[in-house]
Amino acid sequence: MPLDSALAILGMALITFAIRAGGFLIAGRLPETGFVAAWLRHIPAAVLIALIAPAVANGGPPEWLAAAVAVLAYVLSRNVFATILMGVLAVFVARQLLGA
Amino acid sequence: MSTAPPSPWPQFLLGTRLFLPVAVSIAAYGLVWGVLAGQAGLSVLEVVLMSGLVYAGASQFVALDLWTPGALPIGTIVIAVGIVNLRMLLMSATLRPLFAGVPRGRALAMMFLVTDEQWALTIAEMRRGRGSVAFMAGVGVLAWITWVGSTLVGRLLGAVIADPATYGLDFAFIATFIALVLGMWRGRGDVVPWLAAALIAILTARYVPGQWYVVTGGLGGSLVGAIAEHRRSAAHAA
Repeated sequence: MPLDSALAILGMALITFAIRAGGFLIAGRLPETGFVAAWLRHIPAAVLIALIAPAVANGGPPEWLAAAVAVLAYVLSRNVFATILMGVLAVFVARQLLGA
Repeated sequence: MSTAPPSPWPQFLLGTRLFLPVAVSIAAYGLVWGVLAGQAGLSVLEVVLMSGLVYAGASQFVALDLWTPGALPIGTIVIAVGIVNLRMLLMSATLRPLFAGVPRGRALAMMFLVTDEQWALTIAEMRRGRGSVAFMAGVGVLAWITWVGSTLVGRLLGAVIADPATYGLDFAFIATFIALVLGMWRGRGDVVPWLAAALIAILTARYVPGQWYVVTGGLGGSLVGAIAEHRRSAAHAA
């Protein structure tokens, strides 16, 4: 394994564990009300949306359609696995039909 | 006469049993991540080490986007992973009540097991007045084995599946995060920050090279949410 791979994986592991352990250590000292508390509460969803929004937007009609199908599948089933299955199926079928 | 402490095993096994359906979902996108990891140039050993030691799916997908073998942008990868995983700070903080009386070292070691899915199930048990360290361990151990195992299998199968896009498998990542995000929906107050996060991310991706859109969209969207909430409560107080 190349040295830079080992260093990258080690760095990823250390920062992720530091966050997990850090949350435990500062529990009780985090603000529960006010601006900072509201900001912290909004971070998880905002990060996950930022992760996928460009990929969906820069896709084409198959990706837009499949994203809509995935949203619908989750709203109806509340099931992560069903959402993945329907999303993947939708993008597969749409790409075949639309020739993308 | 002293009684033996209750065995932790029933709680451990309850956790693994309740987590089984979720483990199937994890295995599905773990497989996909493994295939994509092979295409990004990760070796089998690198896949096992990253999944086993970092053990954080969303951030591992981001790392693949930045993975350019031979010239790895190590600093960028580590910072991007840190920002994506920042949400775990809040998750492990809310688990603390479970660890009253548990030695600090052991409690911190247990924090390694915190993930989106594991936290969601454990916190649901805690809200029903149940839940225990052993329950959390049962969920976490099954989740870890599932993630490491499925990413390894995906990496090994990657040689067979030449192009995941042919089967729509590249979309599994997006579908997974659509489900995780929708699971975080708390009400209409989320509309504005969610749209802001998407818009900022899309514009950043268009005009700024690299993966900065994760940072700008994540920080910008959450700030917009906090400002909107702040203004609403100020208007309420007035």
